[in-house]
Amino acid sequence: MAAFAAATAALLVCMAMTLVRSILGPTVFDRILAVNSFGTKTVLLIAVYGFLSGRPDFLDLALVYALMNFIGTIAVMKFTRFNDLAGMENDEDEVY
Amino acid sequence: MGLPVIDVLLWFFVVSGSLFLIIGGIGILRFPDFYSRIHPAGITDTMGAWLLIIGLMFASDSWFVTIKLVMLLLFLATTSPLAGHALAKAAYMRGLKPMLGRDLELEAGDD
Repeated sequence: MAAFAAATAALLVCMAMTLVRSILGPTVFDRILAVNSFGTKTVLLIAVYGFLSGRPDFLDLALVYALMNFIGTIAVMKFTRFNDLAGMENDEDEVY
Repeated sequence: MGLPVIDVLLWFFVVSGSLFLIIGGIGILRFPDFYSRIHPAGITDTMGAWLLIIGLMFASDSWFVTIKLVMLLLFLATTSPLAGHALAKAAYMRGLKPMLGRDLELEAGDD
């Protein structure tokens, strides 16, 4: 259906722009933001592509990807904050 | 397809969602500093994603698919503001300064 084709094209253009920002991004937080946004668009792309190809079963993959994307973002952010994924021994600032 | 009303609603929601996605993408690419880039990322994660998923709901032909779409909507609605907030707080605690007043004018002069 043409609406889904249009949405897929918009998503691909938007993902390309987000990818450019994740490569250019001056700070590490810009890159994390761009990659998180890219992940959300990937979820939408999987969902829309499922409807475009007439098989909405792809939605299961979209659900799993949405959860993994969130956990991945939090994990990368924790790593940039503490330089460690296990604990906060290396932290010198106050934590709350 | 079913009723013409449903078709029109599907087109409206999917096209406006795509429009918000494009707007957010341009914003992420063009905005001057990190804290202002959180705003377009929030636009894509909320308005773009929600409108697109609501549009997909009009195309689903079984309740099962609709329930999955509602779950996807709820996940996105919970996780993306959380991730945005945590990201802004992490950047602020790390000491990243927001770009204010004079810096913005200098940035605009560079273009």
